[in-house]
Amino acid sequence: MSNITQSAVAAPLAALLCIAAGGVQADDFTDAELERWQGQFMEVVEEGRRLWGTEGLGSNRLVCGQCHPNAANTHPETYPKFQKQLGRVVPIWEMVNWCIRNPLEGEALNAADPRMIALQAYMNYERRGVAMEPGKH
Amino acid sequence: MSKLSRRNFLKGSGLLAAGGVLPMSLIELAFADPRQNFNFAYISDSHIQHIKGKEFVRNWDRGLMRAVAETNLLDPKPDFVLYGGDIAQLGTKPEIDHGLELLSALRYPVRYALGEHDYYLDLGEYWESQLGPQYYSFDHKGVHFVVLNSILTYDEWTNKWPTPEQRMAVMAGLDNPNGSPFMVGEAQRAWMADDLAKVAKTTPVVVLSHSPLQKIFRNWNFWTEDAEQVQALLAPFDKVTVLYGHVHQIQYNQIGNISFNSAMATAWPWPYPRSYAQAPSHMPKLTVPMNRADPFFERDATGWQFIDLHSGNIDLHYALYDNPNRVVAFNAQSGRPEDTAFQDPATRVPAQMHY
Repeated sequence: MSNITQSAVAAPLAALLCIAAGGVQADDFTDAELERWQGQFMEVVEEGRRLWGTEGLGSNRLVCGQCHPNAANTHPETYPKFQKQLGRVVPIWEMVNWCIRNPLEGEALNAADPRMIALQAYMNYERRGVAMEPGKH
Repeated sequence: MSKLSRRNFLKGSGLLAAGGVLPMSLIELAFADPRQNFNFAYISDSHIQHIKGKEFVRNWDRGLMRAVAETNLLDPKPDFVLYGGDIAQLGTKPEIDHGLELLSALRYPVRYALGEHDYYLDLGEYWESQLGPQYYSFDHKGVHFVVLNSILTYDEWTNKWPTPEQRMAVMAGLDNPNGSPFMVGEAQRAWMADDLAKVAKTTPVVVLSHSPLQKIFRNWNFWTEDAEQVQALLAPFDKVTVLYGHVHQIQYNQIGNISFNSAMATAWPWPYPRSYAQAPSHMPKLTVPMNRADPFFERDATGWQFIDLHSGNIDLHYALYDNPNRVVAFNAQSGRPEDTAFQDPATRVPAQMHY
């Protein structure tokens, strides 16, 4: 698409969006929006942190943080990976469920359960800045 | 071991050799006069956890029961057992009672140190009612033992909580940012100075504490706030060994005349501080980590060690589940503990890499 054609298409579209969104283009976002989205994310991280230290995930009062302070030794940056004990490549939420079922003696969570999403958000947040290394042992 | 070979040591207990894991330490002190030799075992960090009624967390119960059963099989028999602290998870009477009931099966006298999980509910009142003073010393066959309560903290923190349960819950969370650093404290250091003043500088001194008496990682209290002051009290002695619990992993270090050695927990292993990416830590450079724990094997990384304290310095023999055994021996030439197989970085194995 040439610049001329692109401008010809973009201009009326931008005009429409100006009406709809108060002057912000569809592919643009403001600092306020970034802040709001980060806030939404951090709320889920905080919920994950809370769950990490809360007894309710299992049946025996154990919490994730007893063995994994600051979610250390969970290695979310290495998943999916082959787990020799499971005999296949698994995403991290399956490993979280393994911990819930075994040491915590609880019921596995659905992959889309908001608690599972929160636990993963917390684990990943504690590993922020660490390079992705899927498959690493 | 200088006087008792390791083979003889294990011979009397085929079950031990077959089982392969003993979550405790056996310590032999050997002197020029073999009649003075003696052994002691070391069990730590059982974290007995109450669920409700008569139910306790099975995993932690099994760890302690196994340590007790296997310690009873040791040959030669240890003179006594040291317990490194954290019998309980939340310091309650049911937890301490249940832990002591399991430990009562030991056929040896036991000397206890206090851990933060035993302390921060009632400030050690129930523990003390069952086990005696929170810090003390004793002599055994020419060795002076000092047992410290190293998990005290600032009074301001201890006294600020609305309920004892809240205080205990916060201190029980290793990574809880509202926790507070451990310390021996001024009063106990004064007692220690007075106690050590009566001991000849040539007498081997063994200090049992729950926290490391060195500064490794403040976030998780792998740390003692007044470590330097405590080390200064130990500096005039020729041979000093600090044995500590709390960290649930293999650590060793040498600071001046003081050798530091940790015990593994009977309950569960902890990550090495370097595996937390968001804060700097100071693991002793000497320490070659144990292998990363296999979560599918619930007793993994709760392996065993026996300790040979010859001429006042110690050699540690670690037997690890599913791993090659480890020996960390005091090297008289370099004057520090070193792993006999893995100290050279070129010899290390991938599982020792923690990240």
